[in-house]
Amino acid sequence: MPTYFTKEHEWIAVEGDTATVGITDYAQAQLGDVVFVEVPPAGTQVEKGKEAAVVESVKAASDVYAPVSGEVTEPNGALEGDPSLVNTAPEGEGWFFKLTLSDPTQVDGLMDAAAYKDFVAGL
Amino acid sequence: MSEQDDAPIELEPLPLDAWHRARGGRMVPFAGYHMPVQYEGVMAEHLWTRSSAGLFDVSHMGQLSLSGEGVAQALEALLPGDMAGLAPGRMRYSLLLGEDGGILDDLMATNRGEDYYVVVNGATKWDDIAHIHEHLPESVTLNHMDDKALLALQGPKAVDALARLVPGVESLVFMTAGAFTIDGVEAWISRSGYTGEDGFEISIPADAAERVAELLTAQPEVKPIGLGARDSLRLEAGLPLYGHDLDPATTPVMADLGFALSKRRREEGGFPGHARIMAERADGAPLKRVGLMVDGRQPVREGARVVDKAGREIGRVTSGGFSPTLGRNIAMAYLPPAQGDLYAEVRLEQRGKPFQATVTAMPFVPHRYVRKGV
Repeated sequence: MPTYFTKEHEWIAVEGDTATVGITDYAQAQLGDVVFVEVPPAGTQVEKGKEAAVVESVKAASDVYAPVSGEVTEPNGALEGDPSLVNTAPEGEGWFFKLTLSDPTQVDGLMDAAAYKDFVAGL
Repeated sequence: MSEQDDAPIELEPLPLDAWHRARGGRMVPFAGYHMPVQYEGVMAEHLWTRSSAGLFDVSHMGQLSLSGEGVAQALEALLPGDMAGLAPGRMRYSLLLGEDGGILDDLMATNRGEDYYVVVNGATKWDDIAHIHEHLPESVTLNHMDDKALLALQGPKAVDALARLVPGVESLVFMTAGAFTIDGVEAWISRSGYTGEDGFEISIPADAAERVAELLTAQPEVKPIGLGARDSLRLEAGLPLYGHDLDPATTPVMADLGFALSKRRREEGGFPGHARIMAERADGAPLKRVGLMVDGRQPVREGARVVDKAGREIGRVTSGGFSPTLGRNIAMAYLPPAQGDLYAEVRLEQRGKPFQATVTAMPFVPHRYVRKGV
């Protein structure tokens, strides 16, 4: 299951025409203690590069952008009860939402794990 | 993901810049300087300060010395506090007021006997210095002590840690100050702070700042704390932040800072905006600062609108966020007094989304100042 990364620090794990989206470990470390996450409900149409979710730390609110366009099939309901999953398992249990890709070729412009690692090292 | 904050440019390093970086502080632009926003995390640092002691670098703040004949009267012409009646070694919270009674800055003023020591906000210090200069008589000298660093040691165990290094400092009580030495370094120390906890503020030569910071953080009670927790601590303590909860459009009455209007000054006047401020005291101001408990898990932050039933804006949230001590969301807002009664229900709107809140007494978390000696 290939995983891709954006310059805005989202990750997307793709399986055929479905995918899971979250924010990276680097992103959660920058945010600090997450106290609230607003994820889009199932059925929401998200657009590549546009706001799809909101994550709030003690310090500030941040937008999370959709890495690709598509329709949300499942928000991560566990984040409502325990938003700190984003800190403890950002690339696991702290995922944000699953979606159906409207154009699977959109992942072609994203970074793979090695490229993202280099990108973060340069920040 | 992107933070909704803008960064200013042309930043200067403060005396402890390298020390913060070596300690793992994440540096951010603040008030024209690089400042540590956090070390291990805002939540952990906040709770550590409430339970033990935290060391804050507040060297960005302006430390001013005013001296000369008529200095108390010169200060009284600019602010509503009783400066002439302030005994040596005592300090007072006060407000620099514009001609219309609007708040130009909030500050701490201490009578040190030979001078008045005034600490102003970092972001406003250059404007403050220009404003004070312009209004001083020739007999009074203003000195910007930019060769000093300022540290704050805050928390219930601050006194244990500091008294180990500075015997006798425990005899200070809240809002008193004196001259001490720490490991041979001359220090002006007050029992005061911006967290609602017991604690001290320590003014030392900039070139001794690293040594003193090392000594303090070598005490088992003490960890370095960043700006993030400083903000959440002061919010819980109900203390306003200049540039957010206070600005030139705000008067002391609107800001619910009536305690800063000394009795003699209210009666005698002679400070900027006296007539307007006394009228607001008698008849009420159009808006007043209140505390809010916000329902739900999502924080409501500065800029959120306070709306009436028809959705019309009647006020604004000026500070807000998650309270680590209470485990819920709190805020400060300006409301028409008629809507701001204790326990009144208030509607808020942030990014188009409605929130419910209840007007609450401040501080949100009780102050634990030490007012009497042990």
